[in-house]
Amino acid sequence: MAVSVTIKGIKEGLLVVVGDGEWEEASRTLLEKLREKADFFRGARLVLQLGGRAMGAADLGKLRDDLGDLQINLWTVLSESALTENAARALGLETALPKPQALPPELPPISPSEDGSVAILVNHTLRSGKSVRFPGHVIVVGDINAGAEVVAGGNVIVWGRVRGTVQAGSEGDAEAVVCALDLAPTQLRIANAIATSPKRRGKADPEMARIKDGQIVAERWKPNEKG
Amino acid sequence: MSGTVITVTSGKGGVGKTTTTANIAAALAADGAKVVCIDADIGLRNLDVVLGLENRIVYDIVHVVEGAAKLKQAMIRDKRLPHLFLIPAAQTRDKSAVAPSDMIRICDELRAEFDYIMLDSPAGIERGFRNALAPSNRVVIVTNPEVSAVRDADRIIGLVESEQKGPPSLIINRIKPEMVKRGDMLSIDDVLDVLAIDLIGVVPEDEQIVIGSNRGNPVALDEKSRSGQAFRNIARRIKGEQVPFMDLDKQDGFFSRLGKLIRPGG
Ligand SMILES: Nc1ncnc2c1ncn2[C@@H]1O[C@H](COP(=O)(O)OP(=O)(O)OP(=O)(O)O)[C@@H](O)[C@H]1O
Ligand SMILES: [Mg+2]
Repeated sequence: MAVSVTIKGIKEGLLVVVGDGEWEEASRTLLEKLREKADFFRGARLVLQLGGRAMGAADLGKLRDDLGDLQINLWTVLSESALTENAARALGLETALPKPQALPPELPPISPSEDGSVAILVNHTLRSGKSVRFPGHVIVVGDINAGAEVVAGGNVIVWGRVRGTVQAGSEGDAEAVVCALDLAPTQLRIANAIATSPKRRGKADPEMARIKDGQIVAERWKPNEKG
Repeated sequence: MSGTVITVTSGKGGVGKTTTTANIAAALAADGAKVVCIDADIGLRNLDVVLGLENRIVYDIVHVVEGAAKLKQAMIRDKRLPHLFLIPAAQTRDKSAVAPSDMIRICDELRAEFDYIMLDSPAGIERGFRNALAPSNRVVIVTNPEVSAVRDADRIIGLVESEQKGPPSLIINRIKPEMVKRGDMLSIDDVLDVLAIDLIGVVPEDEQIVIGSNRGNPVALDEKSRSGQAFRNIARRIKGEQVPFMDLDKQDGFFSRLGKLIRPGG
């Protein structure tokens, strides 16, 4: 059975609208269409409109990989299904197109210097293979396991253990910090500086890593000292 | 009757999925349950060898999917255990011959007749894994006490959770108590510390497993075997019984202590 797949250009990239029917068929049709004009589409980022179709991370991940082979970046998945949205998020994909304004108009504007700035809260452990990327701060309540990564434009705050890869100040902010209850990342980056964890013996303490004299240093958190 | 579909998977290859599937299935069937195993490793079948049923294959799962055989025709009855059946994989086809929707349909049909449907997943996170996960009611992750196997298990657990098939349970296979004691192997606590899921079994390294697999005699059917006992305990835990963890190293209190750590009496 044929599944309708349409491709058109929009401001944000390529918009692909997939109709109802077997997913196998839909993804095959899509990949065929893209392959026909592989040179034209190479390097594009893709917005996938799936309607109410319920999809798991494995199917979406497979499509992302197949698109990756064509050097097309699966960027956003638009869906009315909570399962599909969760799966997309689990793969680190966007689930909405960026709004013209960063915040909904009902909220009073905040002053970054006084009231704080934009952050997302990740309320679970990030297992191997998961990736969270955000231009603001990232707060994780849970662990960042080895094989997972967090990339933040601002700070990374972890109420848990860090074993994976963490990058703060990814746009070059050398003031950014990384805090965790137990900080032993595979690799830590702040702005342009890179560090790996020394082998630790004994009990972990809460630590904050920052750049000092061009190098990343991690300092134990002491209650009466403010960073 | 509405059977439970149990998917045995791992991420990393060679950690013991097929061995585990065969032994848990044999232990469940020896205990009176009606069990069918499905080899979902299309193109690299070997569950038939481990169960000793290789020479009886006429039809396989791809024949069923393509309509060339009825499900019943592809089911091979075990020669020792009248309640145990196998649906073999095709050896000469590749994974794309079966889709997740086919597996769901086949398992729905089998649930009516069997207590347990055991799916032996291939390694990796590709189509074969998705085939084995799609119909699952319960996922069992097999890992070895090695950093790379644990890392892949963690990845698979994340995928299982995002498919809302979780929470999976864990089997740690090929543990060597004396290596753990020397600090040369991850301990059970080390593995649980990373994966943070429910442990349902620990199987020691045992050359009898290799010998049994080569001869098509699962160790779970050998009353005297220690690793066989470990698999029988897992089968009982799957049925919902509380079974204390075995003391794999009698001199060392490590494993008995573990029993207390995990869940009292469990
Ligand atoms: N506890 C054990 N002690 C000793 N050998 C073992 C044990 N468990 C498994 N093996 C051996 O390890 C090898 C791999 O096991 P098995 O085929 O079950 O792994 P698998 O995960 O199914 O592999 P694949 O990913 O290739 O399907 C086999 O030779 C098996 O006999
Ligand atoms: Mg196998």
